[in-house]
Amino acid sequence: MTSLLQTRALTAFYGDAQALFGVDVDVAEGEMVAIIGANGAGKSTFMKCVTGLVKAPHEQIRFKGQAIGALPPGEIVKRGIALVPEGRRLFPSLSVEENLLMGGFARRAGPWTVERLFKLFPILERKRGQPATSLSGGQQQMVAIGRALMSNPTVLLCDELSLGLAPIVIKEIYDAMPAICAEGMTVVIVEQDVALAQRVSQQIYCLQEGRVSLKGAADALTREQISQAYFGMGPQPAERA
Amino acid sequence: MIETALQGLLLGGLYCLFALGQSLMFGVMRLTNTAQGDFIILGSFAAIAGMSVLASTGVATSSWAPLGIGLALLPLAFAFGYALQRWVLNGTLGRDPLPSLVVTFGLSIVIQNLLLELFSADPRSIETGGLNTASVALPAGLAIGVLPLLIFSVALTATAALQWLFNRTQLGRAFRAVSDDKEVAELMGLNSNTIYALATAIAFVLIALAGVLQGMRTTVSPSDGPLLLLFAFEAVIIGGMGSFWGTFVGALLLGLTQQIGFRIDPGWGIWFGHIVFLVVLVLRPQGLFPKTRG
Repeated sequence: MTSLLQTRALTAFYGDAQALFGVDVDVAEGEMVAIIGANGAGKSTFMKCVTGLVKAPHEQIRFKGQAIGALPPGEIVKRGIALVPEGRRLFPSLSVEENLLMGGFARRAGPWTVERLFKLFPILERKRGQPATSLSGGQQQMVAIGRALMSNPTVLLCDELSLGLAPIVIKEIYDAMPAICAEGMTVVIVEQDVALAQRVSQQIYCLQEGRVSLKGAADALTREQISQAYFGMGPQPAERA
Repeated sequence: MIETALQGLLLGGLYCLFALGQSLMFGVMRLTNTAQGDFIILGSFAAIAGMSVLASTGVATSSWAPLGIGLALLPLAFAFGYALQRWVLNGTLGRDPLPSLVVTFGLSIVIQNLLLELFSADPRSIETGGLNTASVALPAGLAIGVLPLLIFSVALTATAALQWLFNRTQLGRAFRAVSDDKEVAELMGLNSNTIYALATAIAFVLIALAGVLQGMRTTVSPSDGPLLLLFAFEAVIIGGMGSFWGTFVGALLLGLTQQIGFRIDPGWGIWFGHIVFLVVLVLRPQGLFPKTRG
């Protein structure tokens, strides 16, 4: 099976500091892939590279078979990759509806419209005219997801949807995922909550210090394998010795 | 007293036109154009040059001629502003506000000297064919000038149009989004360089309007720019950053206080305006109608 989105030996730098050291990730069409790992493991950097916010070498990222590394973010969204950024980053001087409309700026054809998003998250319809940042954290996250969906992406990237949200709100957000994926949307999530990541995704990649420390089918990985890959502890050093 | 108030408000209308472009450019890209006043004067002289071309071709100059020239200047100003931002000022933007200040300050010097070279230091004005002295009679023996009234209406219309553009149109949404978070706006497919260029293009249309009307109302000379910049600054800061109606009210307040000062003593007007500006800065540094963003 060929991958829809593929990175090969992906490297990334912030100035002189290297954040990714050769990351290989394959995302098949229609799949939900979770990227887990500790703080500073390079999860967000990976997302930023794929969406063009961090410039990666051109050939290291391929989407639908074409190299997209280092393309401008606006070009990447037009090709069908949208990001829900970490910390939501809504436009504070825009209303809920205006934030959603901005998401549709790339004008890709597809099923997602403001009205359809209001069906998915009915609470947003009642708050459509309010400043987006006046909403609760969970509602803001819904706006951020909606804004990304408005570009009718082929691949939706979600960076830490659960960040700073109460467990019940996180559940509400993730409950919307099946509806989002229903039409064959491919989703990549970055998630701190490993159990949650394992429950919702099919494939898991664990990053540690800028490298893939573990990958596999979500239901095949054991807790022990994951915590080992996550923290880099356990029998690994002994094996090396 | 009523006459002074009316004169002051009408003067404020002109200051509003000086300030709107500044308010727009600062609001969208945090760029302080220190050549704002000089560009206004450049607009005046462009109209003066246009008028003399028109006169030399023998076309009768009525009071509509300067208005026609002014309208013809607007698309030129739009293109000029677009190009200036796209190929010069965009390169100065960043976390550090200093490069843009230095570049626009340099432009200010260049424009002043260019105008001095081309037009000499003599004050000139745009021939209005009597429009600048025409007046309409009001009850109670008052009379107000037709031209100041025209300027005021232009200012009012421009403020309303700009606020509508900002709040209600897709371009306005893009202006606000890029101002809020440039990186995320680019993630949505916006090209911030183009958005910035459009903001400056619109600002320069307002600058050209202000220049033509200033040249019709009074005399202009190449060294006038910095004072106009000061008035623009004062209006924007009194009104509060980021709101065009705030700028409008700030400009009216500035015009009003200057006029009261002039009434007390002809040498006091501008000084009075500065005092009010400083009082606002001390008591309410965010301005009267701030629209602070996150």
